[in-house]
Amino acid sequence: MNQDLQKERAGASFNPELLTNVLDGSPENTRRRREIENLILKDPDFQHENLNFLSRSQRYEVAVKKSATMVEKMRKFGIADPDEILWFKKLHLVNFVEPVGLNYSMFIPTLLNQGTTAQQEKWLHSSKGLEIIGTYAQTEMGHVGKTSNHAIVLAQLITQGKCYGLHAFIVPIRELGTHKPLPGITVGDIGPKFGYDEMDNGYLKMDSYRIPRENMLMKHAQVKPDGTYVKPLSNKLTYGTMVFIRAVLVGESARCLSKACTIAIRYSAVRHQSEIKPGEPEPQILDYQTQQYKLFPLLATAYAFQFVGAYMKETYHRINEDIGHGDLSELPELHALTAGLKAFTSWTTNTAIEACRMACGGHGYSHCSGLPNIYVNFTPTCTFEGENTVMMLQTARFLMKSYDQVHSGKLVCGMVSYLNDLPSQRIQPQQVAVWPTVVDINSPDSLTEAYKLRAARLVEIAAKNLQTEVIHRKSKEVAWNLTSIDLVRASEAHCHYVAVKLFTEKVLQIQEKSIQAVLRRLCLLYSLYGISQNAGDFLQGSIMTESQITQVNERIKELLTAIRPDAVALVDAFDFQDVTLGSVLGRYDGNVYENLFEWAKKSPLNKTEVHESYKHLKSLQSKL
Amino acid sequence: MHPDIESERHSPSFNVEELTNILDGDAQNTALRRKVESIIHGEPELSLKDNYFMTQNERYEAAVKKKFHILMLAHRLGWSEGSRELQYASRSVSGDLSFGIHQIFQKTIRSLGSEEQIAKWDPLCSKFQILGTYAQTEMGHGTYLQGLETEATYDAATQEFVVHSPTMTAIKWWPGDLGRSATHALVQAQLICSGARQGMHAFIVPIRSLDDHSPLPGITIGDIGPKMDFEHTDNGFLKLDHVRIPRENMLNRFAKVLPDGAYVKLGVPQTNYLSMVVVRVEVLLDEVIPLLQKACIIAIRYSVIRRHDPEAKVLDYQTQQQKLLPPLAMAYAFHFVGNHLLEFFRSSYSLILNRDFTLLPELHALSAGLKAMLSDLCTQAVEQCRRACGGHGYSKLSGLPSLLTRVTASCTYEGENTVLYLQTARFLIKSYLNTQKSPGSASKGSLPQSVAYLTAPDLARCPAQTAADFLRPELYTAAWAHVAVRLIKDSVHHLQTLRQAGADEHDAWNQTTVIHIQATKAHLHYVTVKIFTEALEKLESQPAIQQVLRRLCDLYALHGILTNAGDFLHDGFLSGAQIDMARKAYLDLLRLIRKDAILLTDAFDFTDQCLNSALGCYDGHAYERLFQWAQRSPTNTEGNPAYEKYIRPLLQGQRARL
Repeated sequence: MNQDLQKERAGASFNPELLTNVLDGSPENTRRRREIENLILKDPDFQHENLNFLSRSQRYEVAVKKSATMVEKMRKFGIADPDEILWFKKLHLVNFVEPVGLNYSMFIPTLLNQGTTAQQEKWLHSSKGLEIIGTYAQTEMGHVGKTSNHAIVLAQLITQGKCYGLHAFIVPIRELGTHKPLPGITVGDIGPKFGYDEMDNGYLKMDSYRIPRENMLMKHAQVKPDGTYVKPLSNKLTYGTMVFIRAVLVGESARCLSKACTIAIRYSAVRHQSEIKPGEPEPQILDYQTQQYKLFPLLATAYAFQFVGAYMKETYHRINEDIGHGDLSELPELHALTAGLKAFTSWTTNTAIEACRMACGGHGYSHCSGLPNIYVNFTPTCTFEGENTVMMLQTARFLMKSYDQVHSGKLVCGMVSYLNDLPSQRIQPQQVAVWPTVVDINSPDSLTEAYKLRAARLVEIAAKNLQTEVIHRKSKEVAWNLTSIDLVRASEAHCHYVAVKLFTEKVLQIQEKSIQAVLRRLCLLYSLYGISQNAGDFLQGSIMTESQITQVNERIKELLTAIRPDAVALVDAFDFQDVTLGSVLGRYDGNVYENLFEWAKKSPLNKTEVHESYKHLKSLQSKL
Repeated sequence: MHPDIESERHSPSFNVEELTNILDGDAQNTALRRKVESIIHGEPELSLKDNYFMTQNERYEAAVKKKFHILMLAHRLGWSEGSRELQYASRSVSGDLSFGIHQIFQKTIRSLGSEEQIAKWDPLCSKFQILGTYAQTEMGHGTYLQGLETEATYDAATQEFVVHSPTMTAIKWWPGDLGRSATHALVQAQLICSGARQGMHAFIVPIRSLDDHSPLPGITIGDIGPKMDFEHTDNGFLKLDHVRIPRENMLNRFAKVLPDGAYVKLGVPQTNYLSMVVVRVEVLLDEVIPLLQKACIIAIRYSVIRRHDPEAKVLDYQTQQQKLLPPLAMAYAFHFVGNHLLEFFRSSYSLILNRDFTLLPELHALSAGLKAMLSDLCTQAVEQCRRACGGHGYSKLSGLPSLLTRVTASCTYEGENTVLYLQTARFLIKSYLNTQKSPGSASKGSLPQSVAYLTAPDLARCPAQTAADFLRPELYTAAWAHVAVRLIKDSVHHLQTLRQAGADEHDAWNQTTVIHIQATKAHLHYVTVKIFTEALEKLESQPAIQQVLRRLCDLYALHGILTNAGDFLHDGFLSGAQIDMARKAYLDLLRLIRKDAILLTDAFDFTDQCLNSALGCYDGHAYERLFQWAQRSPTNTEGNPAYEKYIRPLLQGQRARL
């Protein structure tokens, strides 16, 4: 073990195992997660070459092999619970993507949500057994490259001459047995991408291709044999799959950011550079204020998102039960919240992973750091399953609706209930800027209050600007477009408030004093950093004074110093196995440099002592 | 031509060709550039079209081949070294060439070598009789030069230096062209002579045999493995085991070791930084600014042919304008900043070579700070452009992932950005403290040009009364100056307070670095706004162009103000009402610039071959290209071995069990 890391671990103020239990939900969950992870780590069938040194088609092949192995093993080990499937899958993937993964994340949930019981029986039985390798082809150039033999195709339904909008259909695309495209189907891989090398994202062109009526998923909407269209009871239900996916994606943001922080913080404790005082040995770069300022707010954000993700999952399951009982009342808020939080967390994480990578200096740019892979495989989260700006505007639509509701005298509930307290509702409409300045910057509750005021203010500004535009322009759509920047700002402020609120509430639930203390510091840092970064909003809204902002900036620096001794333990608590991190820089034992050298020697360019392109140089020299 | 992009070019508000001429310098340059481009694009060997489908090995070999081909062309057509023609040639293949570091090797010899050394080595470099690399960074040490561990110990008995990597962390790591190509390395090492350590000096070390290219005795060498990008470059490692080189191989323009081991200093230590300054200016001009310009072209062109619903082009959405037009404004702003820096560099370079160092501190501070800020902002902006293209921005065929992975490297190479910001901060603090000295003080000199505003009269409140006031360059330039001065003062105040409270000088510095960086960024924003504004004043004879560029300048300045609103509100310089005015002005600008957006990207005049993007081609036929290019992917042309090996058994195994 590297001595620096050893010292860091010995100096921590808390036992990381206890914090790991908090993140897993319980000690029992931690135990079971590790049990499953060890099944894979100890299984020779999952061992393979380092994917970094393979070509794209080799990576695809390794990934297909692993996916196939995984299906066998999950059955063998009796892993069926969705959380456990996720643990299992995440470990064997090691920052890479599996080609059969969409089957689990999209195809099956879509069938569950939108298929009739008979359809579920017919397709799910074989799909879970993977006979039908399905792909959800919503994006028109979707995920059908080379693996799938069936696709769920979202298409405009036209019956009796009328278009009824998007519906889902199961379309066989390759022949079972030969895997050749069926007649009328043009299918292929869309070519190289930023990441997802292991995935054969594909294109699918259908030429007047016929499928039986039963292949339309008809749990909600139906087409009768004579072509009569039967409307679904509520179109909200068709969003079920998307809501589920978004909840998972928020958890994925937390996970990827936690990984990136683990790598960058461990490496910053191992790396020594420059000097703080002349003549003294080079300090750990984690001792530089600039490095702490880059990384600790991100660490705090990772914890915040872990708790947001856990909350989303609980809420989804709770509301899903209600939906089962026919109660759809919470679905609009859930839909609005998952959209915004998916965008908010993935945008933040996207920037934060890059910040972690750059905090590792030049070595972050090498694939040995593992960070480029985490980034390129995470970043599509910002565009898939709903492009983030579109997601933010969905949340905004809900916020505007809630605002109007309050304005017309009805109370709203849930996360937007703060709109009930808008001063414009109580006193005079134009006095948006009058807020009580009572923020205690050492109290997470008080800071939550400040975020609430900011959200309320920005929602109100967006709502008023929207009204003004509506008055000045004819169409609602034009007005909406001309206010959309304000609307996105309002949604972001709302999501930020939700994240601060959930983090604050979580800290209060923690019993163990040492854990509560360290999480409280992170919670404060998360909240204060957000204020510092958005000082304009808090100042302009008179939510905080100039001297408070100065205090916030000072307090942030104190917190950096306070968190510094616990930084390594805080990332240890995420409990990633080295193989999951896939990083030489982020190794648990901190033996970075010797392994960096070993890693580099495996480069494909080093296969021969003299590279074959030497011939070009020779011929150049002879001709000049 | 796609009708949706054609309609954007229908009624131009300015002459695109004239703007292109301004960007190129003049119409002759434009003509020459196009001539070179047509030659380059006529050579199939120099095509970029298969880049996205190649492995690291193939990319490396292709880059070597291309470099070779271009050199032969240059030889045939009489394009001399350092000529515009060669610059344009490199631009038209997007710098996808090997031996870029060979040029740095050569330039460093020219700036740090004596006349005799230049006479000996320079022709060898020019004729590619040797291939050089610049080996500074080590596995455990980066930007901080003094921390490097590699040693060069003088042995007076043989008149040789013994160059050695004493530890694992001392292995040279990252130099380009080192892994598989270079025959010689310019090694930065601690000079030890007559038992004393004399700090960093540069040594020419032969590393590979000139006969068969095999590593020389004592040399362990190789490629450092796969990276985010720069796959065409063989970034390498170099471990030196007591390698002996003659005394003459130490570059000795500024310091030398006499045969007996006596050390003679001929210049100030700063001179070692000179080659870094050169490289930073070049990085901005070749590897940072053009990449943002290309990303803007691709994303904006795609945004006028993409429709979210049948009614509107994506670029008509306010949120899309907010994503793409500030990057476009930056792309123009940074063009003028890059030009300014190049001119400043040229005017001070000859003085410095003649050992007149008056301008060096400012040149160093300005080039360090601008390299940091421009690479940071361009990286963020390129990524924003990529994501603004939705899912297709994730495909390499869009060209955007490669632009991002390439530009982002510039944030950590040639000086890690945080370190660079802090170097500029030190210069700002020194300059500020200089203004505080009493008027008759002997050391009080006039301030360098870029910080002269530190003593200019300052307003406590911004005078703006309407949104239109925020479109006055003198108003927003003054606003940026105000904030920069306030933050610099503030950071000095923080530093002094800590010192007075008894903190050690270095701890006090470390404890205030976050605010120093904040102040430095404000200074650099001010510098950018000022340079852009002044450049536009010179365009009075072309009012239409001046107007359209003015809007971009306004947008750049206001976008910065709104993004950093807290800094402007903090001391009441701007009121909340004024921020709202600025926001209104900003939103109006988005709408105005939207109309010219395509023409503004056309003016950059990058050819389709050079953009190498299925989404960003001039004719707007993005979807057709995307489909055609995808078919060329090896994944579609080479069959699917995984099916036979794994998928089929899986499917059939399952069926048997059902």
